[in-house]
Amino acid sequence: MTTPTEGQTERPPFPAPVPTEDNQPFWDALREGRLVVQECASCGGLVHPPRPMCPECGSFDKTWREMSGRGEVYSYVVTHQAIHPSYNGHLPYATVIVQLEEGPLVTTNLVEVGVDEIEIGMPVEVTYVPLSEEVTLPLFKRR
Amino acid sequence: MSTALRNRVAIAGIGETDYSRESGRSEMMLALQAIKAALDDAGIAPSEVDGLMTWRVDNTSEAEIAANLGVKDLAWFGDINQAGNVGAALVAHASAAIVAGLANVVVIYRGMNGRSGARYGRGEVTGRRGQGGSAFTEPFGLLTPQHGLAMTARRRMHEFGTTSRQFGYVAVSEREHALRNPRATFYGKPLTIEDHQESRLIVDPFHLYDCCLETDGGGALVLVSAERARDLKQPPALIRAAAQAGYAKGRAFVDTSAAALAPRFWEHAGVAPSDVDVAQIYDHFAPFVVFALEDYGFVERGEGGPFVESGGIRWDGGMLPVNTSGGHLSEAYLQGMNQLLEGVRQIRGTSTAQVEKVNLSFVDTGIGTGALLLERAS
Repeated sequence: MTTPTEGQTERPPFPAPVPTEDNQPFWDALREGRLVVQECASCGGLVHPPRPMCPECGSFDKTWREMSGRGEVYSYVVTHQAIHPSYNGHLPYATVIVQLEEGPLVTTNLVEVGVDEIEIGMPVEVTYVPLSEEVTLPLFKRR
Repeated sequence: MSTALRNRVAIAGIGETDYSRESGRSEMMLALQAIKAALDDAGIAPSEVDGLMTWRVDNTSEAEIAANLGVKDLAWFGDINQAGNVGAALVAHASAAIVAGLANVVVIYRGMNGRSGARYGRGEVTGRRGQGGSAFTEPFGLLTPQHGLAMTARRRMHEFGTTSRQFGYVAVSEREHALRNPRATFYGKPLTIEDHQESRLIVDPFHLYDCCLETDGGGALVLVSAERARDLKQPPALIRAAAQAGYAKGRAFVDTSAAALAPRFWEHAGVAPSDVDVAQIYDHFAPFVVFALEDYGFVERGEGGPFVESGGIRWDGGMLPVNTSGGHLSEAYLQGMNQLLEGVRQIRGTSTAQVEKVNLSFVDTGIGTGALLLERAS
C-alpha cells in the first residue's frame, strides 16, 4: 500500500500560509530558493518559527541565517481520515517534522516517499515547491 | 511555595445533563440545565451565584447565564483561552477568587453541542486558514489538535518504546469502567484489545479507539468556601491543590507541560503521587493518559505503557484506577468537565466504579495545562 505522500501535482488543497511582518523574510527567501531561519543578532540563537523576541536573551534584533537544507525526520503522522472535506481523494498523506542539521524543527511534507517508507531518523534535504507567485513551500526529499 | 489555597475552598455541587449525539437543545439550555442541577445538588439558590467561569471556546455569554439565574451582582467572571484543556485551571482561578474574597459562590460550567454543532476534530472548525502561527503547520496538512498530539505520540513511542497496543489498554480499561456507568455513551458495549488494534487509523499512530467521543451535553461545578461547604447538602470535596500551566519550555514533541507543572503542583499539595487513590486524566487521545502518568510522576518515563498494559489503571485491581466513569473515550467528551465531575464523585463515594477509601482524588484536565487534587473532609 505504498502511495506517493506528495506528488507535486496531487497535493491536497491545504491552506496557503499567510505571511506576517514577523516572518515575511522567511517566505521571501524561499521564493529565491533559500531556506533561512531567524537568528538573534544579539546572542546568535536560532528561532523557528520566527517570532518577535529572542526567548534566550530578550533581544528584538534579528538576522536570517541560511540553512544547509539537510536534516532528519524527527517525527511524523499519517492522516487517513478526511478531517476536512476537501481532502477526500488525497488520503492518506503524511506530515513530517524535520530536524535541520543546525537544530531547528521544521514542519513539512516529503516528496517521492511513500507514507509506509517514512522512519524517524531518515536523512532528508530541502526542495522548493512553488505554490503560487507569492508562496514557495520548503518540502523535503530523501537524501 | 504557596499553600494559600490548601483546603480553603470546596466543590459543593456538581451537575450534568444527559449525553447524546444530538441534544436538540441550545448550548445555553445545556449549560443552564447543568448549572441548575449543580446548584440543586449543593442546596444553593441560583440567585446566590456571584461568580461564573467557563472555557474561552464556550459559546454562551456569562451575562445571559446570569440573567437566567437571576444573579443580583455578578462580581467575578472570566474564561481561559486555549482549547478544551482548561477545566482545572478554571478551578484554580475560581478558588483564588473565593480565597481573596472577590466572590462567594462561583459556578464553572460548560455547555456544548460537540457532535451536532461545532466538531472539534474537524479541520473546518479548528483550522485558521494559514494565519498566525498556523502558517507553519497548516500548509503541510496539520489542521486539528489531534495532528500535533499525534506528532508527540509518535516521537515518544520512538524514544521510550511505548506501543500502540499499550495505548489500546487505556481504551480497554476505560471501556470496562463505562460498562458500569449507565450515563456513558458506550454503556453496554464492550471493547477488546483486538477491537482497538483492528480499528481504522484516523491520524496514525491514533486508531479510532484512541480518539475521544464527540458529545452534546453540559456540566457544572459549584465552588464555595470550605467553611460554607460544611453546612451544605453534600460532603465537600476540598480543593487541596489546583494549578495551571499555559506554556512550558521543554523538548518539542516530547515534554508536556505536566513535566513543568508537576513539581510545583505536588509541592502545593504537600503529598506525593503515590498518595493519590484515584485519578481522572484528560483523554482526548488515549496515549496522553500514558504520558500524563509519566509526566506527573505516577510512574517513570517509559513505564506508562507497561503500567497500563498490566492493568494498572483498571478499577478492578489496578494500582491507580484512572477515568473511572469511562472518560472522554467511553463516557462523553465534555472537555474535562467529565473528569472534574467524576473526581468529585470519587470523594463523595458515589461513582459507578467507586474506589474504596478515597482520601485524595486527582484530576488532570489536559496534558498538564491544569491539575487539581481533591481531598475528603475529615
